[in-house]
Amino acid sequence: MDRILAQFFNAEVAAQYLPSMASGFAVTLGLAALIVVTGLSGGLALAVARTFQLRAVTFAIVAYADILRCLPPLTLMFMFYFAFPLAGISMSGMTAAWLALSLVLAAFSEEIFWTAFLSINKGQWEAARSTGLSFGQTISHVILPQAMRVAIPSLTNRTIAITKGVALASAVAVPEMLGEAIAATSYSSNSTPLLMAAAGYMIIFLPLAIFSRRLETRFRWN
Amino acid sequence: MDDFLQNFVNWQIVERYWPYLLRGLGQTAMLSAIAIPVGIFAGLAIALMATSKSRLLRGLTVVYVDFFRAFPPLVLLILINAGLPHFGLRLPPLGSIIVALLLNSSSYYGEIFRAGLLSVPRGLEEAARATGLSTLQAAMHVRVPIATRNVLPDLLSNTLELVKLTSIAAVVTFVELTQAARVVQGLTFNATPIVIAALLYFIVLWPLARLVSRLETRSLSARR
Repeated sequence: MDRILAQFFNAEVAAQYLPSMASGFAVTLGLAALIVVTGLSGGLALAVARTFQLRAVTFAIVAYADILRCLPPLTLMFMFYFAFPLAGISMSGMTAAWLALSLVLAAFSEEIFWTAFLSINKGQWEAARSTGLSFGQTISHVILPQAMRVAIPSLTNRTIAITKGVALASAVAVPEMLGEAIAATSYSSNSTPLLMAAAGYMIIFLPLAIFSRRLETRFRWN
Repeated sequence: MDDFLQNFVNWQIVERYWPYLLRGLGQTAMLSAIAIPVGIFAGLAIALMATSKSRLLRGLTVVYVDFFRAFPPLVLLILINAGLPHFGLRLPPLGSIIVALLLNSSSYYGEIFRAGLLSVPRGLEEAARATGLSTLQAAMHVRVPIATRNVLPDLLSNTLELVKLTSIAAVVTFVELTQAARVVQGLTFNATPIVIAALLYFIVLWPLARLVSRLETRSLSARR
């Protein structure tokens, strides 16, 4: 029992690696926030572009969303980090991880926004336009507020599922929390840093998961 | 252009390493073939507990589901892989991978089945019970089949996610498709293997992704 405690809850090891774990936490949090912002705004922009119903644009967006929804984020990161440099496009592990997860989140959120747009009655578009609102105003003041109600449960769920993939960035040499923990664990031959990382991820993602459940319950009854 | 082809779709490399990549695809299929049914059954059990009359069971499932929905599966895998030996449990990588996938996917499947079970009108269960079926029989023959049909698009979409998730096995150097591509890429200093791996994922998963989109749009127009 003592041996297990010393292996998993070692205060000395925890104190020693606290600074590197804290910097890993900051990297994870920053990267995750960035992915949420770029991924969701990319997805919304694509869904709005799709409402113009230009055949070529729609085809390109559907193709993009279909391809990106079928590729594992880790494979995509490997592609950007290990394969692209061989064609003269080099990027840091951080950029590769950010790009891969943002592209995937944009693909999924485009589909969710689009389905939500479809659920809004056509009459809403026509009524809004006939009161003199421009296309942009119709989207932002009439369609989006209603579509968000439909979209939010799947959107929060999917955003959490994709964003917690920041841990994958440790596989392309990003010094985020898991990467720091693996390094610290091998230096110290002690598992405490791994549990610290697990706790760090919980601090970031558990409130989001609970928040998302509350949103889901709230919107279900409307 | 030639340079690009040389680096991204090099046929010599494809020809030479094709068997290795194909074996990787086979391992991805094997991981999926274990993880999908195991995840579905565990998820169903969780959903039945989550919709049971016991407050304790309902509370426990909420904690379980929220915890594993928040926990990054890769962190789970690393933790299981590095931690369990200290408890005298030495799982082969395959074991750690399946356990990590199970904990993660059962929480997602559980949440989906729960929504499905909640969508089954209460009167149906009462009617089934009134014909003399036991609670278990009513669940197996009435509630679960109807619930499954109601949430079929979500179930399929989560299955797609689970197949993609098997790629995290690469991090513990289990040679499934992504790791096979990474190994060949390291041997050849060429991007082709990773491009081929991505292509294989797409070929295998695209029909499923299309089906999910079709079902989602259809259930949307049915509701309108």
